[in-house]
Amino acid sequence: MNDGRGLLVRVNSVDKVFHRGSEEIHVLGGLDLEIPEGEFLALMGPSGSGKSTLLNLLGGLDRPSQGSVEVGGQRIDRLSDRRLAAWRARHVGLVFQFYNLMPVLNTLQNVELPLLLTRLSRTRRREQALLALDIVGLSHRQHHFPRQLSGGEQQRAGIARAIVTDPTLLLCDEPTGDLDRKSGDEILDLLQALNREQGKTIVMVTHDLHAAARATRTLYLTKGTLTREPEA
Amino acid sequence: MRGPLNWLLQIAAVTRFNLRSLPQRKGSSATAMFGIAGVVAVMVSVLSIAHGIVRMMENSAAPGNVIVMRAGANTEMMSALMGEATDIIAEGPGIARNELGAMASPELFVVINLPMRSTGTDANVPMRGVQQQAFTVREGFRIVAGRMFEWGLNEVIVGAGAQHEFAGLELGETIEVGREAWRVVGVFEANGGIAESEIWVDAAVLQPAYRRGNSFQSVFVRLDSPQDFAAFRDALATDPRLSVKVTSEQDYYAEQSVTVYRLITVLGTLVAVIMGLGAVFGALNTMYTATASRTREIATLRALGFQAGPVVVSVLTESLLLALAGGAVGAALAWLAFDGFQAATLNWASFSAMTFTFNVSPPLLVQGIVYALLIGLVGGLFPAVRAARQPVAVALREL
Repeated sequence: MNDGRGLLVRVNSVDKVFHRGSEEIHVLGGLDLEIPEGEFLALMGPSGSGKSTLLNLLGGLDRPSQGSVEVGGQRIDRLSDRRLAAWRARHVGLVFQFYNLMPVLNTLQNVELPLLLTRLSRTRRREQALLALDIVGLSHRQHHFPRQLSGGEQQRAGIARAIVTDPTLLLCDEPTGDLDRKSGDEILDLLQALNREQGKTIVMVTHDLHAAARATRTLYLTKGTLTREPEA
Repeated sequence: MRGPLNWLLQIAAVTRFNLRSLPQRKGSSATAMFGIAGVVAVMVSVLSIAHGIVRMMENSAAPGNVIVMRAGANTEMMSALMGEATDIIAEGPGIARNELGAMASPELFVVINLPMRSTGTDANVPMRGVQQQAFTVREGFRIVAGRMFEWGLNEVIVGAGAQHEFAGLELGETIEVGREAWRVVGVFEANGGIAESEIWVDAAVLQPAYRRGNSFQSVFVRLDSPQDFAAFRDALATDPRLSVKVTSEQDYYAEQSVTVYRLITVLGTLVAVIMGLGAVFGALNTMYTATASRTREIATLRALGFQAGPVVVSVLTESLLLALAGGAVGAALAWLAFDGFQAATLNWASFSAMTFTFNVSPPLLVQGIVYALLIGLVGGLFPAVRAARQPVAVALREL
């Protein structure tokens, strides 16, 4: 699995239990996962199998009930909320199924958003946001608001926002789930290019085999653990 | 990037989104804002009555002026002084003098019934019998319409406030009290003080009309200096021919206004608190709606690395800005509608009517706006904390 590149993510014996009233729901149980730097990993599995939960743990949006999550050599499950937020801002790029763009901001401002958490000057922020928009091929739509963009364009803006800080890890939750095949393919092309040409480590949750085929590795989440093959 | 600068940047950024999305929530935001405006308008208006009464009483009192009444009397109504006693009082130490002699004004105080202009119901109106020194002892006395009454005739001059509030006090009209008829010949002002609620007449004419012989109720005295007060009071207190109470005008009028000031302040505050509770729920509702409709946006910001603290502060900022706008509108409404509005109420000390103007003073406006901000703070705090405490992963799923 580790073909000479450094190990970026190490998930060790992770359990995740949700509580609904007195009921305990075990979503992940004793899960182990290692992701080398530069990998494009697809996570598949049926609805409710815990794919998004695992993605949230990797992105520091949630904490495991037990076990450890290490990214870039740092135990992120032990960070305080405040440090975890700062860590996310620096190391994680998030791509959401429904884009999650701010409706009151235009494309450029949306992409610039994560840079407000950095020390960069206003000019530098603008330059970097324009560069990210250029990478996703959306420079010509920089002054448009999300409602004026197609689904595919909104998702490209979402990807530009995710890569604008040059994060260590790009986490995509069903990035093509809300798109038609053509737009979905364009997004997958983009993710693949980011992985191949810029060496971005990407973890993508998807239901779609066609999408997973673009990844360098696919893992299946079944009954709280990961397998190389889907459950028969 | 760490530190307060980063925190402020985050607050500014989140607040900007909140405010820019205000037009999408203008209905509920306007409801909350006008709710708060209503509370502040009512509170400021009611309290401006109390402030107006206090200002009127303060205007009545001149430093260095004292009022002498019978020992044990708290108001002129309860007092009586014989003419000889008033002569002795006028010889007291430290009294200022002018071309008429000692500046001591023996005065007779009776109450007559006149209908209120606004309701037509009878009110007790103070009628004061005066001598020449009454006009020099008081500061700022001037005839503003008609003329001064003739000494020895059944003529009266009326305070501007009294003329405004009570019927039958126009120039040339005649007031009939008992068997006597009094012609209104002039209107006066007295520095905005309580005298403007009164009707003035020659004491020598009023005494026989009320069968008072040579008696008065009080002596108003101007001293050379406020520092002479203790010596003057002690001299009168130790004079075996007198049994009197000496009070500075400032203390006398402060005591006169305290009951009505407290009553109105307590009532006004009570009304404001009850209405304020309603406005808090309005603000709570607005801010809960505002944060609920932006659950995903707030969660996205936090997922991107924005801290919970700036989210709380920005939601609170929005709530406080709405409250500030509401407070300003309410205060402006109260000021436009009521500042200088003339009215009459009962003087609980003398059981006679006193006229005053509502005083929507700058401190009162500030008080109203501070109260609005308090409503905004309470109304915004819980939704803000809720928005910030909701786990990011959970909030992201709430689409």
